[in-house]
Amino acid sequence: MAPEAVLEIIEKQFPDEVIDLVPEGVHPHAVVKPDRWHDIALFLRDDERLRFDWLRCVTGVDHIEDKIFTLVYDLHATLPAETPSGIWKVRNEIAIKVRVDRDDPHVASVADVWPAANWHEREVYDLLGVVFDGHPDLRRILCCDDWVGHPLRKDYEYPLEFHGIPAVTEFAQTRPQH
Amino acid sequence: MTEQTLTFQPDIDIDFKRDDLADLPTEEMLINMGPQHPATHGVLRVVIRTDGEMVMEAIPHIGYLHRCAEKIGENLQPYQFVPKTDRMDYLAAMNNNQAFAIAVEQLAGIEVPERGRYIRIIAAELNRIASHLVSFGTYGLDMGAFTPFLYSFREREYILDLLEALCGARLTYSYIYPGGPNHDLPEGFADKCREFLDYFEPKVDEYNDLLSFNHIFVKRTAGVGVISAERAIAYGLSGPVLRACGVRWDLRRTRPYEIYDRFDFEIPIGIEGGSDGIPAGVVPGDSWNRYFVRMLEMKQSVRIIRQALDQMPADGPVAAKNAKNAKLPKGSVYFEGENPRGQLGFYIEGDGSKIPYRVKARGPSFCNLSILTEVCRNLLIADMPAVIGSIDVVMGEVDR
Repeated sequence: MAPEAVLEIIEKQFPDEVIDLVPEGVHPHAVVKPDRWHDIALFLRDDERLRFDWLRCVTGVDHIEDKIFTLVYDLHATLPAETPSGIWKVRNEIAIKVRVDRDDPHVASVADVWPAANWHEREVYDLLGVVFDGHPDLRRILCCDDWVGHPLRKDYEYPLEFHGIPAVTEFAQTRPQH
Repeated sequence: MTEQTLTFQPDIDIDFKRDDLADLPTEEMLINMGPQHPATHGVLRVVIRTDGEMVMEAIPHIGYLHRCAEKIGENLQPYQFVPKTDRMDYLAAMNNNQAFAIAVEQLAGIEVPERGRYIRIIAAELNRIASHLVSFGTYGLDMGAFTPFLYSFREREYILDLLEALCGARLTYSYIYPGGPNHDLPEGFADKCREFLDYFEPKVDEYNDLLSFNHIFVKRTAGVGVISAERAIAYGLSGPVLRACGVRWDLRRTRPYEIYDRFDFEIPIGIEGGSDGIPAGVVPGDSWNRYFVRMLEMKQSVRIIRQALDQMPADGPVAAKNAKNAKLPKGSVYFEGENPRGQLGFYIEGDGSKIPYRVKARGPSFCNLSILTEVCRNLLIADMPAVIGSIDVVMGEVDR
């Protein structure tokens, strides 16, 4: 199915939730509000026409000037091969961008819809500080448990030391300068 | 039997007449496997809750190699970020370079010259063989077979020599940049490469005799850690781990990128054992199939390189001009390439300047590892290296 058709189905089902549709370009996507994201995710997975069964990636982007976090969910719908020797195909492909308020970053977890989201959401929580409500095990995953702050935020302040280990370079820089 | 038990005088006081003797409680124990453990392939730590020899729960703890490459990517131009991609999946640096380069090219609209495309494919497929060879060798080590490791590193040495001739490095290549590779092929490379392929192809059968069909090896891996196709897709597994479950899914064919649609090759998948020389007891989705798919893929890579060498234009430019300093337009792109370990994805967002606003890498090992808790439930401790080794994680990519 072409991305236009997929986006049309989403817009028809959730007219109040969709903020923007971008069918052209290298990354066709829909921008949606966070309030009913879990319902949208269930619809994307279970609808007969869509069947998005594969969550490829969850990316969090800090749009500090717009005061939002954008969560990008890249999805695949697989089409099983008809014969045992046939090759599986991509049935549909779309990305959903969920806009979350930066001051109070809460969004529903979709770990129960796609188990793959479990670790991806933990990573976004760890590096950006977006809280996924209903996540089964929301802990830091890459940084250690007592790390302060969320490194991928654009206003992140580099720590000067960590447990007595200095984090300042020999040139007294705390971050790369270009 | 009962009489015998009653006459037996144990040191500890056990009431043998109790009905619930079968449910004799044993103590649960937490075991730390890693982060410095030979079977975890790097700095992976798995906390195992055991009951005797059984694993009740295995929780992976990752992040020991975390360098926050994504933050670095927000401060560098794409061509400066290429060396960072080398250090993600350090056994398949060429494939990482290629995936990142294609993502940038798609966003910035850069066209790569024909010859450059072929060179990229040859380099990436050579690296795929080298990566699978390490996987094969170390999996043998995990299972207690030392000899295959020596064989696999002998052949890998030839590939490293070839790649060293290409770019001067043996592990972190930084050869493929957005816009094309940064050098043309050295003189005589095609002949050397063909010579290697002729030498290497029969070796795969030798490995199969040595390890794949070895009775002990099959006993250790067949039917261990079975993953169903549905669970594999739900967890976003990819690469040989997904194909071993019987899903014929390979981005080089299902969603062709670059010029992979010009080559004729097959996608091996996991098979049921018992016929065609496949050992009995093997089922799709088990550790043996995850291992064996890689052996079959090496031969397919040989086929691709042969065809690429034949089809490649004899001369012409290899890289697009001024691609290094291209501006990234406002907008985003998500591209996934088929790496030896699965689908390496790059999300890049541009804001009109030369430096990307956001770079995100989706490591295939990261997703493949996330199923570990589910697979290792009710498994023997001794089977855990078989499962972890067959998933074939590279921690540099899990932690990025």
